[in-house]
Amino acid sequence: MIKVLFFAKLSEQLGCRELTVESDSIKDCEQLLQYLCEYKDDWSSILNAQSWLKAVNQSMTSNNVVLNDGDEVAFFPPVTGG
Amino acid sequence: MISVQEQDFNQQVEYDRLKCKTSIGAIVTFTGLVRDINAGQSVSDLSLEHYPGMTEKCLTDIVEQAKTRWNIIASTVIHRVGQLTISDQIVFVGIASQHRGDAFAACEFIMDYLKTEAPFWKKETMINGETKWVDARETDQQAISKWQHK
Repeated sequence: MIKVLFFAKLSEQLGCRELTVESDSIKDCEQLLQYLCEYKDDWSSILNAQSWLKAVNQSMTSNNVVLNDGDEVAFFPPVTGG
Repeated sequence: MISVQEQDFNQQVEYDRLKCKTSIGAIVTFTGLVRDINAGQSVSDLSLEHYPGMTEKCLTDIVEQAKTRWNIIASTVIHRVGQLTISDQIVFVGIASQHRGDAFAACEFIMDYLKTEAPFWKKETMINGETKWVDARETDQQAISKWQHK
């Protein structure tokens, strides 16, 4: 299983904060994103509307990281703390 | 000390905590507050969302990076989350060092990286009741570049 998290504006637009995905057929971040784009009708347009940031196991990365069972992947907008 | 919390913090308590050794010759603190106007619009409230776990990890990494560059005897980073209102304290960064140069630089470095890397998101409620997610600023990204060339 891969735990997928969405935050802030992105979670609002998708109407989803968290979901789990079977990891059997998903080998890396690109495959996960492809899966999410097909998860619901409007998710493809939302996920492709801007370049969201991504963190794998709570570390930000722009690479197509290989995913393993138990990994946590988060997608979110550019951060605005401080 | 790193803390992500809903409750407010007290300047004197944090200052006293930083003043922990007799070798300390300088303490620099920064406090960020909720402004009443952002991007020309009147703000009434602010809510702050974060990514629990990653936030603390990210702030720890930033402080560790600062420690490799400057002499830091004690450090504190506090960031609030949840519901805030005008003039509320949002963030506190305090650095205790032997000399002011290191304390000033480390404090600014930590704030600059916090603003571009730590997973916090602000959502404003305007006076007219509209809500709006705050957009990231290009100037925050530019602030990082000055540390990358040093």
